[in-house]
Amino acid sequence: MATNPSIQEQLNPRLSYRKKLGSVVYFLLLAAVLVGIVSLIVLLARILFEGIPWLSWHFISDYPSRFPERAGLKSALFGTLWIMGLVAAFTIPIGVGAAVYLEEYSPKNWFSNIIEVNISNLAGVPSIVYGLLGLALFVQWMAIGRTVLAGALTLTLLVLPIIILASREAIRGVPDAYRQAGYALGADQWQVVRRIVLPSALPGILTGTILALSRAIGEAAPVIAISALVYLTFVPTDPLDRFTVLPIQIYTWVSRPQDEFRGLAAAGIIVLLVILLSMNAIAIYLRNKYQQRSRE
Amino acid sequence: MVQSQQESETLEPVAGQSQSDENVLAARNLSVWYGNFRAVRDINLDVKRNSVLALIGPSGCGKSTLLRCFNRMNDLVLNSRVEGQIIYNGTDLYAPSTDSTEVRARVGMVFQKPNPFPKTIFENVAFGLRVNGFKGNLQEAVERSLRQSALWEEVKDRLNSSALELSGGQQQRLCIARALAVEPEVILMDEPCSALDPVATLAIEDLIRQLVAKYTIIIVTHNMQQAARVSHETAFLMVGEDRAGYLVEMDATDKIFTNPSHEQTEAYITGRFS
Ligand SMILES: Nc1ncnc2c1ncn2[C@@H]1O[C@H](COP(=O)(O)OP(=O)(O)O)[C@@H](O)[C@H]1O
Ligand SMILES: [Mg+2]
Repeated sequence: MATNPSIQEQLNPRLSYRKKLGSVVYFLLLAAVLVGIVSLIVLLARILFEGIPWLSWHFISDYPSRFPERAGLKSALFGTLWIMGLVAAFTIPIGVGAAVYLEEYSPKNWFSNIIEVNISNLAGVPSIVYGLLGLALFVQWMAIGRTVLAGALTLTLLVLPIIILASREAIRGVPDAYRQAGYALGADQWQVVRRIVLPSALPGILTGTILALSRAIGEAAPVIAISALVYLTFVPTDPLDRFTVLPIQIYTWVSRPQDEFRGLAAAGIIVLLVILLSMNAIAIYLRNKYQQRSRE
Repeated sequence: MVQSQQESETLEPVAGQSQSDENVLAARNLSVWYGNFRAVRDINLDVKRNSVLALIGPSGCGKSTLLRCFNRMNDLVLNSRVEGQIIYNGTDLYAPSTDSTEVRARVGMVFQKPNPFPKTIFENVAFGLRVNGFKGNLQEAVERSLRQSALWEEVKDRLNSSALELSGGQQQRLCIARALAVEPEVILMDEPCSALDPVATLAIEDLIRQLVAKYTIIIVTHNMQQAARVSHETAFLMVGEDRAGYLVEMDATDKIFTNPSHEQTEAYITGRFS
């Protein structure tokens, strides 16, 4: 090798220093990860430790009560399920429709740019703002009252931007070659969208939607604004009933002075976590299945 | 034929345009613009029925652009504009009354990179039939197209598995089957073998030679031997000083490859430039 000796002589590799620096950085980065993981584990352990003794069938099937040993979260659980179902029913058609319009139909001009920027901004608005908006708009102005419907509409506003963004991402991921092939076979725009773009984007859309919904059911602030802190001993039977949801129920229990109620709150958190983790598991499952298919 | 089962809704004969029966397609003073940039200038050529026309020329000379005029795929490009006429069986494809989706059901296309839909093999072939409201026997039509594209024996036992599991060459033959399914009159191929290995390439070339009995084929190719092997006529395009592509000459393939009329053609074919 014809190396230049004069350059080689001027090098100062400081190998041991670089090695030390490398391992220091490695441990700092590891520590950064551990801070998050350890605190999560401690939190989980505490909740499980406090909550598990309170978990039982009657905890799920009974209404709240002044007496801790008789208290359950049936009304909150059903309220959460109601909200989840209604929010899904509202957001999926609107969110996917908006995403399809923006990606496939809208002309690219200043107007569509403004819409795009605004949707991204809306996804970052604090949730309490949506709660107050829903209170003014749905509960008072539209006189829907403090009902399941008003709560669902409010959370719809909250998750809609997230679902639109996720759906657009999924639609943008559909290769243009598919669209070209569709048009070249005599399909029109709607046929291309319905038969090619949407089926290919569906796993991504579903994943985004599920994650957005799981955010909605974990929210307490906007729902408190709508439903107020209520003590309900019935399950909503139609969208115009009053309701409560798991985060609110947990919040009421936490704010009680007695220790027993803190155990109940922990048990409630476990139930909520089980729901959220199952939803995330479904989302991850869908994503993996999709990735496998596209790798083939 | 599938096509003859449906009446043409928009393809009306052009008044005063008499065209001999032996030509399916013709370009008349065709120019294509992308915004302010003219990509292709004043093209005049005739495409004979049941023949293979090869479009050759250096990169960027507008072969794909010209090809996409024959089924109006250029309509999909933002800011693109076409001047002049494409005459298809005596009708102007760019007449205001012509519906581009109807054109594309009659002039099919195969792309450079195999692009089967992420659907089953069967659904890929059935797609064109479904979107065009085919009322006949779908199974039979799919089988017929797969046989025509010499793919049937390889896939008949797995029609319901994903098209993405096929090899590249099989995928491209599937794309040809998909284009054949609606029984178009013309098939446009834009460098259909450039992503394939030599064996798969020869299979596609064999296929082209068989298909020409029933279809008219226009193929863009970078491969001179391929043009010589499969085509009856060859059109040579070049980039002019204004950067617009133009037709240098078009003639029988034998003549182009042995005794071209233009020096530039000879230079290109013998590899003396680009
Ligand atoms: N969608 C487009 N927008 C703008 N210019 C384009 C577009 N497609 C092609 N062109 C330009 O038109 C010219 C011809 O391109 P093309 O038809 O793809 O050539 P070829 O297929 O012969 O390589 C090139 O200069 C290319 O940059
Ligand atoms: Mg090209």
